[in-house]
Amino acid sequence: MSIIEVNHLTKYYGKARGIVDVSFNVEEGEIYGFIGPNGAGKSTTIRLFLGLIFPTSGEAKIFGKDCIKYGPEIRQDIGYLPSEVFYYERMKVIDLLKYSASFYKKDCSKRLYELADIMELDLNRRIDDLSYGNKKKVGIVQGLLHQPTLIFLDEPTSGLDPLMQRRFFNLIRDENKRGATIFFSSHILGEVQKMCNRVAIIKEGSIVDIQDIKTLQKENYKKIHVEGDQIDVNRFNIDGVTKLEVENSTVNFFYKGDINHITKILSEQVISDVTIEEPTLEEIFMHYYE
Amino acid sequence: MNIYKQELKMIIKSVIIWSIAIAILIFVYLSLFSSFSGEAKLVNEVMANFPEEFLIAFGMANMDLATILGFFGVIFFFVQMCLSIQAANYGFSLVSVEERELTADFLLTRPVGRKKILTSKLLAAFTGLGITAIVVWISSYVFVTIFSGEEGFYLKPLILLLLSIPVFQTFFLTVGLLISLLVKRIRSVLSFSMSLAFGMYVLNAFGGMIGDEKMEIISPFKHFDPNYIIKNSAFDLPLVSISVVVIFVSVIGSYVLYSKRNIPSVA
Repeated sequence: MSIIEVNHLTKYYGKARGIVDVSFNVEEGEIYGFIGPNGAGKSTTIRLFLGLIFPTSGEAKIFGKDCIKYGPEIRQDIGYLPSEVFYYERMKVIDLLKYSASFYKKDCSKRLYELADIMELDLNRRIDDLSYGNKKKVGIVQGLLHQPTLIFLDEPTSGLDPLMQRRFFNLIRDENKRGATIFFSSHILGEVQKMCNRVAIIKEGSIVDIQDIKTLQKENYKKIHVEGDQIDVNRFNIDGVTKLEVENSTVNFFYKGDINHITKILSEQVISDVTIEEPTLEEIFMHYYE
Repeated sequence: MNIYKQELKMIIKSVIIWSIAIAILIFVYLSLFSSFSGEAKLVNEVMANFPEEFLIAFGMANMDLATILGFFGVIFFFVQMCLSIQAANYGFSLVSVEERELTADFLLTRPVGRKKILTSKLLAAFTGLGITAIVVWISSYVFVTIFSGEEGFYLKPLILLLLSIPVFQTFFLTVGLLISLLVKRIRSVLSFSMSLAFGMYVLNAFGGMIGDEKMEIISPFKHFDPNYIIKNSAFDLPLVSISVVVIFVSVIGSYVLYSKRNIPSVA
């Protein structure tokens, strides 16, 4: 059974576009990436899942149940970490977390202290005294304390220092190993690349592509860098070559296609150096953004 | 229950401050009665010299300031003013505070339905207003008893006045809530609640001046006019029922609007 099933989900804010005809499935145990530039509709999609906003048409099912009709029930098992965290300013951290825990059927106090320990969170301070990064930590603990089986992360790492980011990602991986499904929205492709199995790319409110990260990287593009004084650049003007850049005696380009074909062309040239490497997701996805 | 407790905790300070302030207002004003009543005839004459419109605007027309209840009627009008602002404050901020301080995302992503959230919040607000009402009841009764001296007073009109308070508060609470859900965003609660309270007051006052009854008919200041209640020892029931109808419509409308409301995102 799919954990999340999205069928032709559409949301307009008045006349302004939110998302249009979005459909995809997220399977149990996946870490599912959701990437796209700002304003593409990533947050809109998550907010629809959580019942914060209501769809114009289409539907989304979580755990096989309609996410509006059964909202309160399915949210028992959902954890959500928003991109910007805001809490009742006058509360103490521990009071806020206990308030949050009081909504769930299970006893969360043990996990609460464990998480606070991992994230090095001072529980006795007031929310309005916390820095941005510390508020973010409160958000992480709050989102995970009830051991959810589905976790929504909406640009989760902004405001966390690299050390905390690493701890956070380890935490998420542990949750995933425990069996939780992760829905990871981000515009930082590197993060998604490190974490996710599959990734959906959203642009201007519509899904442009859904790809398996490994096949994306391994079977498609190569990033090729060639150095040499007598390179015939015209030989590289073939199908599958993109972003051909020539600078002094170096040539850079991306190649997609039969690797033997390109190595043959390379072998005809007199070159002083060559590197062939995996492009980053960022480089692969640039063409979706343009 | 957890939301109710949390909500009550957030307004309790304000409830205490309003309650004490109103009680002090009643005390200070009523303590002037003995010096007033001595010169009652003179005072009533002076009052008669004020232009009638002025007296109507301040709810003092046809008030007999020589009796403690007539005297109390004037301050009760100001008490109503305070109560209306307090209740409207709670009404306007009940739901909008979450969106303004961006905590709506937190609350609404908990495993709890919107209806239950609104019910808990309303109950917390009612509790707060109830505490204020009780403080006003007790302080009014005690201070009127103390300052009436040997003369005594009629209990029934006083009780009727005091009983009108919860309905009056509920009117402003629920109308405020409904308006807050009709508009996209409330930046400043106080400006909304002052406008509603003073707006209703002006409708009543100006209606009284112009003698045009159409406008004042929607104002709870008219429905629960202390003058009328003291004089007749009764409520003006047709008018009171307008308040009750408005409350019902506001509550139902609020539930419908809130359960469909799109929560604006932070960014």
